[in-house]
Amino acid sequence: MALGLVILSLALVTVYFRESSGGALHEAQRIAVSILTPFEVAAERVARPFQDAYGWTTDLLSAKDENEELQKEVEALRQQVVANETAAQENEELKELLQFVRGKEFPDDFDHVATRVLIQPQTVFRHEVVVAAGSSDGVRVDDPVVTPEGLAGTVTEVTPNSAKVRLITDPQSAASALVLETQAAGIVLRGPSDESLDLDRVAKTARVEPGNIVVTSGARVGKYESLFPYGIPIGLVESVSQRDVDLFKRIQVAPLVDFDSLHEVVVLVEKRRKG
Amino acid sequence: MTPADALKATGLLLLVALLQVSWATPIEVGSGHPDLVLVTLVGLALLRGPLFGTIAGFWAGLALDVASLGTLGLSSLLLTPAGYWAGRFGEGTTRSSPYPPLVAVALGTVWLGLGSAIVHFMLGEGASASTVLGGVLVPTLALNLLLAYPVYRLLRRIFPIAARERREVILV
Repeated sequence: MALGLVILSLALVTVYFRESSGGALHEAQRIAVSILTPFEVAAERVARPFQDAYGWTTDLLSAKDENEELQKEVEALRQQVVANETAAQENEELKELLQFVRGKEFPDDFDHVATRVLIQPQTVFRHEVVVAAGSSDGVRVDDPVVTPEGLAGTVTEVTPNSAKVRLITDPQSAASALVLETQAAGIVLRGPSDESLDLDRVAKTARVEPGNIVVTSGARVGKYESLFPYGIPIGLVESVSQRDVDLFKRIQVAPLVDFDSLHEVVVLVEKRRKG
Repeated sequence: MTPADALKATGLLLLVALLQVSWATPIEVGSGHPDLVLVTLVGLALLRGPLFGTIAGFWAGLALDVASLGTLGLSSLLLTPAGYWAGRFGEGTTRSSPYPPLVAVALGTVWLGLGSAIVHFMLGEGASASTVLGGVLVPTLALNLLLAYPVYRLLRRIFPIAARERREVILV
């Protein structure tokens, strides 16, 4: 009996991987999920106060250490504000120019579907969450998912009331990106640790410095268009290095989104498609 | 295995799978979190034997994969042997002692942690050994052990040991 069920499990995994996302097993799972989703929503609502209390306690423990560091940062930021006033004016002009050059304007081409995260990542092997918006809200596979801080991931599976989102920190995620300050282009991939990213494929001649902002490039290669619109912030360059034997620069990026406390996200739905 | 037991276990494991994805997973210590499904499954298998444990493991895995929109069959692949083994272990131990649940949950957690790492590695979804062992396995083990005995006590109320078996337990 045990052996039979193990073999059946293996068969399920195999068929699930081999069939398309419209296959029988995927369809059965979607139906089951749409039945379970209301219960998950209810459970998530009941759990939220307890999760917040837990998060508050753990945050409090680390807050003491952070306090001293933040005091120093506040002082530095005060000085920065003065410099920023001038830069903001310059930035406005450059943004207009860039938007004109890039053609596709963000966020004009997109509608926002704001939603809650129902299910956090279940294992360290897959960085995926389930959100409480689905095809009935206009969400489709490959839609970009963002937070106010920046890019979170993409939709990989959709049911009528929920959707699975692969986070940008997942090993299977990738996004074409560029360094905002120097326009050095590359691809953002998962980094060596769970909470870091790599900016790969950046030419050794390109100029990149720690602190530079990495944004989605919205690049088009032939007939293939990037899933992400131009200009969604991804992270800040943490370190840059290169070796003679490497073809490209080694750039580590710290994501702007705090994936440990991902509760609310926005799915970007193309206006053309929604209409 | 009575129909009443099967019905109760089906509903209970579905509920626990929902609680696992909504309540238990967000409680993170390191990168680990309490595994309510495994602890419940082990308790059920200890109380009702290997056949019950095997079927319960398969069903629990399916429920978990559906509830989390995961790869169908992946959790069943690991939970089915865990349920079978815990059932066999339960047959050879006294059911009134607090130690079998602790030992079975500990071994089940290690099996699930390492098994999961191997399966995901084979699917091309690796993680560093330090993350899997230090970040996930050790905290999960500690949290599961904390839950093991209270959950087992609760399950003994829901799935009481038959009168004849109880006499055997007292004699032992």
